[in-house]
Amino acid sequence: MLLETHFLAAAGASLEAANRSTYTTFFSTTSYLFACACFVLALKWLSQPATARKGNTIGQIGMLAAVVGALLQHNVIHYEWIFIGFAIGAAIGVPMAVFMPMTAVPQRTALSHAFGALAAALVGTGHYWLYFHNSAGVTFVPHPVEMSILALEVLLGALTFTGSLMAFGKLQDLLPTRPMVYRGQIIVNLSVLGGAILCGTLLTFNPTWWWLFPILLVLALAFGVMLILPIGGGDMPTVIALLNSYAGLSASFMGFVLDNRLLIIAGALDGASGLILSIVMCKAMNRSFTNVLFGAFGQVQAGPAAEGDRKVAKPTTPEEAAGILEAATSVIIIPGYGMAVAQAQHKVRELYDQLTRRGVDVKFAIHPVAGRMPGHMNVLLAEAEIPYDRLLEMDEINGEFPQCDVAMVIGANDVVNPAARHDKSSPIYGMPIIDADKAKTVMAIKRSMNPGFAGIDNELYTLDQTLMLFGDAKAVVSAVAKELAETNHR
Amino acid sequence: MHLPMPDISSHLYVFLLAAFLGLEVIKRVSPLLHTPLMSLTNAISAISVVAAIELAGAGHGKFATTIGVIAVVAATTNIVGGFMITDRMLRMFKKRGGQK
Repeated sequence: MLLETHFLAAAGASLEAANRSTYTTFFSTTSYLFACACFVLALKWLSQPATARKGNTIGQIGMLAAVVGALLQHNVIHYEWIFIGFAIGAAIGVPMAVFMPMTAVPQRTALSHAFGALAAALVGTGHYWLYFHNSAGVTFVPHPVEMSILALEVLLGALTFTGSLMAFGKLQDLLPTRPMVYRGQIIVNLSVLGGAILCGTLLTFNPTWWWLFPILLVLALAFGVMLILPIGGGDMPTVIALLNSYAGLSASFMGFVLDNRLLIIAGALDGASGLILSIVMCKAMNRSFTNVLFGAFGQVQAGPAAEGDRKVAKPTTPEEAAGILEAATSVIIIPGYGMAVAQAQHKVRELYDQLTRRGVDVKFAIHPVAGRMPGHMNVLLAEAEIPYDRLLEMDEINGEFPQCDVAMVIGANDVVNPAARHDKSSPIYGMPIIDADKAKTVMAIKRSMNPGFAGIDNELYTLDQTLMLFGDAKAVVSAVAKELAETNHR
Repeated sequence: MHLPMPDISSHLYVFLLAAFLGLEVIKRVSPLLHTPLMSLTNAISAISVVAAIELAGAGHGKFATTIGVIAVVAATTNIVGGFMITDRMLRMFKKRGGQK
């Protein structure tokens, strides 16, 4: 650790102490290197379900090695508080992991981004403090390069902390999920960010102007809140991925400042992962980053609906739906956030079992932005023990809809709206969608005819081949499955 | 005492290579596993615990120790929670026939 070396030099460390530090430094360096290798392998093995658990295990081994390496650092001399910290962290982390329902995964992820960013921001703040208040009793003036990276690290960490807390609040329904916008919001946001960057720049060239540091922190924390205010629930997958990326970058920059390659590498891996996921999410919505962050999706007023020729949706009953499903040879189920809200995944599994038992080919079409975070639907369906080879990505399955007898939409809306293909005035125009409308029969389970998240009508519901099942997703799927089970016994 | 310029160029090389390696490796992760991917990378990025340990344990006075310990708590929460939830999710992914 760069600063530590200088402390030793400034304090006139004895040769003996220097030698001791060489051994422990060697051990720490080796364990850090080992941890890096483990982390890369962990991500590599995570690519396929067959090796994924092995990947998670090797990740844990790497983390253990890194923690032991850090504890053995020669400058770490007081252990009691560290272990108290471990105990408290475990006391929070374990119950969260064990008792959390799978439908709450997006919230937990947002919260953990907040924790990660908090750690990064605090370590950066602590490092800055040590320049002026350290055990060697010397004031160190960091090089502008070091100071600029430190300021950037703290800025990213702080804005990710509050931003993730806001995302958590929205996902947990503690805050309204609708976008919160006001006139001139972008200008206000950009000036707060600009103020934070100005503080960082001034600090870079005048690192001793310590009073700028709290201002930087406050502005960054405020910017995090303001950044997430205008973002609606449907954009959460992108935002969570983006915050993931920021948290990683923040850890990586911390490595630059602390001269620690393990931090640089692990942070860069996390940053890359978040970046890839946010690109996937943006592509799946045919939108750009700036559009997601400043677009306030959902506030867009839908164009004047042609009231006159508005078609009427045809409602149906679970009995009729069960009859149609029974006669089908292939069924594709399209789940969406509504399935998660209603916690309907286990009932979907019952329906899947009933149909599969009758020889019906049941598949699931998963849109990349279905749900509130990347991969959300897959995890829920896997929880309900639906085999993962039945879960197909949008691009893989879209070609199958013309041959499909029934497309069953459970709690999804915008991702199946055909307006995205042809209606240039629609806010979701150009977004790749699941071709549910090409199936011979479409069944849509929906609470009511209220428009979905994007606030636009979905013409899928008024197509000639569409039947609507109104009600709570869990109740409706359960009723259909029950109907099928009864006809089975007859 | 003015500190010298950090070894920025070698750090940038490490960062660049790690970022490209990360992009290549993660690009191959099946979309099926994007949620576990996020919770795993989250646990990995809690590697900042290493820096938090040094801050909390080096005896730099109350302020540094306090924020160091808070950072240790936050990072440990992510490590423990992140790896456990990832494993819980991955255990659920099964192929037809009950085999993984």
